[in-house]
Amino acid sequence: MGCPENSSWKGCVQDAVRRVFSGGPVYLFFLGLFAVLLVAGIAAGIHSVYIVGSRHAYGSTREIPLAMLIATYTFFVITSTGLCLVSSIGHIFGVERFMPIAKRAVLLSVITIMSGFLVIGLELENPLRLGIYLFLSPNFTSNIWWMGVLYSFEVVLLILEFIFILLDNHKASVAAGLLGILFGIAAISNLGGVFAMLNGREFWYGPYLPIFFIASALLMGCAAVIFFTVLAYRIQREPLESPMADALAAVGKLAGLMLAVIMFFTIWRMVALAVGGTHELLVRDALVSGPFAFNFWVMEAGLGMILPFALVLWSAGKRIGPLFLASALVIFSSFFMRLDMVVAGQIVPMYWELGVREYARLHEYSPTGHEILVMLAGVGLTGAAFLLGEKVFQGFREVEGAGSGSGGTPEDVAQEPRSASKGKVDV
Amino acid sequence: MIFKSLDAETMLKNPEKISEMDRREFLKIGLVITGVFAGGSILSVASAADKIFPNGSIAEKYPYRPHYCMVIRVDRCIGCRRCVEGCAAANAVPSYGWRTLVLEKVVLQAVGQKREFIPVLCNQCNNPPCVRACPVTATYKDKKTGIVMMDNQKCIGCKICMAACPYEARYYNEERGAVDKCDFCFETSLSRGGKSTACQAACPADVRVFGDLSDPQSRVYRLVHQLQQPVWVLKKDTDAKPNIFYTKG
Ligand code: SF4
Ligand code: SF4
Repeated sequence: MGCPENSSWKGCVQDAVRRVFSGGPVYLFFLGLFAVLLVAGIAAGIHSVYIVGSRHAYGSTREIPLAMLIATYTFFVITSTGLCLVSSIGHIFGVERFMPIAKRAVLLSVITIMSGFLVIGLELENPLRLGIYLFLSPNFTSNIWWMGVLYSFEVVLLILEFIFILLDNHKASVAAGLLGILFGIAAISNLGGVFAMLNGREFWYGPYLPIFFIASALLMGCAAVIFFTVLAYRIQREPLESPMADALAAVGKLAGLMLAVIMFFTIWRMVALAVGGTHELLVRDALVSGPFAFNFWVMEAGLGMILPFALVLWSAGKRIGPLFLASALVIFSSFFMRLDMVVAGQIVPMYWELGVREYARLHEYSPTGHEILVMLAGVGLTGAAFLLGEKVFQGFREVEGAGSGSGGTPEDVAQEPRSASKGKVDV
Repeated sequence: MIFKSLDAETMLKNPEKISEMDRREFLKIGLVITGVFAGGSILSVASAADKIFPNGSIAEKYPYRPHYCMVIRVDRCIGCRRCVEGCAAANAVPSYGWRTLVLEKVVLQAVGQKREFIPVLCNQCNNPPCVRACPVTATYKDKKTGIVMMDNQKCIGCKICMAACPYEARYYNEERGAVDKCDFCFETSLSRGGKSTACQAACPADVRVFGDLSDPQSRVYRLVHQLQQPVWVLKKDTDAKPNIFYTKG
C-alpha cells in the first residue's frame, strides 16, 4: 500500500524514503533518537555478552539469574500478544467499532515481539546455540522450549497476517490472525508457566501468573493501541475523527475493564500471599513495606492502576486526552510491574529456612547501565519501527478512511489537551 | 495416599520385572517423611518399601546402577572448608562460582557448641527441576548413574535452570561457556575409574560419605537405612527428590 499500483518496486521504496524524510524536524529527531538508542543498546549488549562477559556487565547474579532483561522481554512479548488480541476483536471477530485499529495494531504486534526477541537475544549467553538445539535437542517439558517454538510461529503468523491485510486478502489475513490468536494465547500462558512451574520459587509457583499474563496482555494491548494511534495522528498531522476516535473510545472502555480486572487480581494476590508460606510472606513484606514498596505502591498501584483508572473514568469514553495519558501511564508502569514480578520471585535465598549466616538477608538487585541500555535498545526498535511504519504505510489511511493529504494541524486532534501529548511528537 | 498409586501386589510377585517406571515409583515411596524440623524434613527408613519388598530386594527401589548419593554427617563438620577448596581445584571452579559450599549457622543462645556447619551441593535430584526447565537438554539426568550432568556445547545460557534449582547449585561459568554444577566429580574422577569425589577426599573429618545407594553393602546405604539417627534432606517440599542425605554421628 501507499504506492500507486502500477509503479515499480523501486519507485515504491523511493516514495517511502521521501515520505520519511519529509516527516519534519521533530519526527526526524525522534526517529534519530530511537535509532541511536537501538544502536547503542545493541552495542552495549554485544559488549556485555561477548567482550567483557555478562557477569561483569549485567546486574543479574547466581542468586538472581533472571533480571531486568528478562522482565523487558516479557514486557514486549506481553504487549505483542495484547496487540494481537485487541486487533482481532474487530478484524477477526467482526466487532465494527474495533475495525479501524487492526492494521496498526498488527504491525505494532510484529514490532514489539521483535523488540522482545532483540532484548532476549542480547541477554542469552549463547543465542546461536538456541537456533541449533531448539530443533536438534528439544525438551518438551521445558516452558522455555515451548516459548521458543510458540513465539517463532507467532511472529511468522503476525507477519503473514500483516502482509495479507496489506494485500487486502481478507480470508487469508483472518486465517493467519485466528492462528495468531491461538498461538499468542498459548505463548503467553506458557510464558507465565516459565515462572509458575518453578516449584522452588513460591512467589511464582502456581496457576496465578499464566492467567494474570493474559489479563495483563489485554490491558497492554489496549494501552498500546491508544498510545500509538494518538501519536500516529500527530505524525500524520491529521485530526482524530470518527471512525478512529470511536474505535479508540471503545478500546478505552476495554482498557478500563482490564484495569479493574488487574486491580482485582492484584488485591487477591496480596491477600493470598499473606496466608502463604515463609517465602511468600517475605516477598509480600518486601513489596508492601520493603525495598519494593516504592515500585509497588507508586509505580505499579498508583501510576499503573489507580491513576489510569481514574483517567479512563474521567475520559467518559470520549475525551482522547485522558485516555492517551492513561495509556502512557499503563505502558510505563507495566515495565515496573514486570521487573518487580521477575526480581521479587528471587529475592528470598533458597537456604533461608536454614538460618545460616550466608543467607541471612534477602538478595538484592539493581540494574546496571549495560542492562538499561539493552532495555532501551528494545524501546529504540519499537519507537523507530513505529515511526517508520507510519510513514511507509502512510498512516494506514485507506483503512481508517481518514482522508488524504496533510490537512489537519495538531490543534485539530479531537478534543485532545496539549498537555496529554507530553510534548513528544508535538509538531 | 501415595501408596495407592502403586500396584504393590504385582511388583511383589515379579520383582525382577520391575520396570523403570515402577522403580521410580518405588523410589518415591522408599523414604517416608515422618517429621519436619528447622531446615529439613526427617526421613524414616523404616519405610513402606521395607514392608512391601521381600528381604534383600530393597535395592530395587533405587533406579540407577550405581545410584550415587552422598550422606553428610553434619555434626562432624569443623568448617575448615577444605572440601570447597578440593572441589574447586579438582573441577577448575573459578573464584566467582561454587559447586559446593559449607554454610555456617550461629545460635548464640545454644548451650555448649554455638556453631553448626552445613555443607551443601547439587542434590542430583531424582526429579530435577533444572532438567525439566532446560529447553535444549543441555542439562540431563544420566541414565546409568543418576548424576545430573551438563552438555556444555548445548547450553544457550538462558539460566532458567539456575532459577529452577531449589538448592542454588548452579552458576554460569564463563570459561566453559555454560552453566556449571557439581557432577559428583564424574568428569574428573568417576569416569576415570575413581571411587570418590574431591570434596570427600579432602575432608579431614569424614563428614561426606559418597557411594552407591543401590548397594546394601555400601556405607551410604547403611547410613541411610539405619534407625538410630534421624536422616533428613533439605527442601523436601519442592518435590525434587534429592540424593544428598543429612544425618549425625
Ligand atoms: S540440586 Fe539443583 S542442579 Fe542439582 S539436580 Fe537438583 S535442581 Fe538440578
Ligand atoms: S542455562 Fe543452559 S543448562 Fe541451564 S536451562 Fe539454559 S540451556 Fe539449559
